[in-house]
Amino acid sequence: MRNPLNSYIEAIPPSGIRKFFDLVAEMHDPEVISLGVGEPDFDTPWHIRKEGINSLTRGKTFYTANAGLMELRKEIAVFMKRKYDLSYDAAKEILVTVGGSEAIDACFRAMLDRGDEVIIPEPCFVSYKPCAIFAGAVPVVLNLSPEHEFRLQPEELEAAITDKTKMVLLSYPNNPTGAIMERKDLEKIAEVIIRHDLFVISDEIYAELTYGDAEFVSIASLPGMKERTIVVNGFSKAYAMTGWRLGYAAGPAVVIKQMMKVHQFAIMCSPTLSQYAAVSALRNGDEDIQMMRDEYDRRRRFVLNRFHKMGIPCFEAKGAFYLFPCIKEFGMSSSEFAEEILKEQKLAVVPGSAFGESGEGFLRISYAYSLKDLERAMERIRKFIESLRNRQQ
Amino acid sequence: MRNKILNAIENHARINTEDLAAITCSTPEVVEKELKKLEDENVICGYHTLINWEKVGEESADAFIEVKVAPQKGVGFDQLAENLSSYPQVSDIFLVSGNCDLMLVIKGKTMREIAMFVSEELSTIDGVLSTTTQFILKTYKKDGFEVENISKDERFALS
Ligand SMILES: Cc1ncc(COP(=O)(O)O)c(C=O)c1O
Repeated sequence: MRNPLNSYIEAIPPSGIRKFFDLVAEMHDPEVISLGVGEPDFDTPWHIRKEGINSLTRGKTFYTANAGLMELRKEIAVFMKRKYDLSYDAAKEILVTVGGSEAIDACFRAMLDRGDEVIIPEPCFVSYKPCAIFAGAVPVVLNLSPEHEFRLQPEELEAAITDKTKMVLLSYPNNPTGAIMERKDLEKIAEVIIRHDLFVISDEIYAELTYGDAEFVSIASLPGMKERTIVVNGFSKAYAMTGWRLGYAAGPAVVIKQMMKVHQFAIMCSPTLSQYAAVSALRNGDEDIQMMRDEYDRRRRFVLNRFHKMGIPCFEAKGAFYLFPCIKEFGMSSSEFAEEILKEQKLAVVPGSAFGESGEGFLRISYAYSLKDLERAMERIRKFIESLRNRQQ
Repeated sequence: MRNKILNAIENHARINTEDLAAITCSTPEVVEKELKKLEDENVICGYHTLINWEKVGEESADAFIEVKVAPQKGVGFDQLAENLSSYPQVSDIFLVSGNCDLMLVIKGKTMREIAMFVSEELSTIDGVLSTTTQFILKTYKKDGFEVENISKDERFALS
């Protein structure tokens, strides 16, 4: 029989998170606790769930328009204007997708030609590189540096640009580092983008989870950038709706039109019940976001303080729900560290290297857990680190 | 600052002052002082431990008691409520709207003990017109906590 597989797909390595997931699953140990999840611990707010239930009871179970319910797209436009000062035409510039994930995939397919380069700053979410490859494009990794708290620097970007570069991926607030980009950082990047006539895909899925005095700024809101940017956002993180599978893309009508083609033929439309629920999220969900953000912020400070007390370097990440402590002092790879702490202290964390080479020497610590769970977990980290330091002496 | 502290400790009373200071962007000294003030002003009225006594084999029973009352001139329900609150068996007293005036929570070792208290003490108090007793058979959630831990963390451990 001949090879049934596509060689590009076959060559894509499995996700680095997957390997640890299997390790934890194999242990079958109820004592194992985790700081490894990438989704909120809150239930979807009740009024949103109720809208989902209502749509079922009323028999609203048919396909929607390919681009999504008009009612929902209008609410998305209102939300983006209100929150990020971005104006989009609900009829032509917004596409409702199956999570931010689908929006990323459709955007690459719609915009990148075979051989086009897309610059992907790492450490980052694990889907971008494979999706670029699905589209036949060439992902070009740019290693971000901890000295700049993993913010993309204009010089770094400049150095990664070739005559094949078409697009730059921006993902802030960032998974796994928790890093954000402030207006002044984005302005410098925008200048480079415009000068080189590039496009941006901006994954803003964690936009609502920005802490302290930091305020979220979308690069699309900077002068000259709206026509060059596809904004990806969604309901998973801000509204604790990961399982509803709903996100969206907003951008220039010419691009959305082609993304819509990919979406229409590959997906048809996003889940109808989720779309009805999402209308309620956008209309009545501000307080829910506020409540969850305040709680994440308390946890963030708690964990940060614990790392500082242990003498583990950890910059103050101001976004998402991750911290990215540095464990280089122990002279082991982040993978080894994660394996050992799993064995010795029964704590599951994701090694930074799962998010790219530049994540080596770091751990991704999720604080989407109750304070009580975080307290237990941080105690295990403290014990583990103490034993490592004793061993080193 | 006060609200920050209160929000942080509402569901986590045992947090130490150092962690509390970190969470509220303050120092342990300031937090300590503020806590003391909140206690003095009776904003923090007490620290309460939610215990599932059954788990350690202790017998216990709780009941809601609806009480109809003849309000007294000048003091309304306050005087009676104050009298009732001196009974150790009475753990909560609320003035409510609806079919009764006061709603009490009574704690005892057994249902019988509670029934005796209601018939022999409570209903004989001046101003108490009638009582209706509802025994609590099972507690699912209390003060925001799921007692039996009905919902486990169903998320994948790593994602
Ligand atoms: C940075 C980032 N983008 C996108 C996603 C995908 O989210 P969705 O559930 O909307 O597909 C995730 C999920 O972990 C993420 O971390």
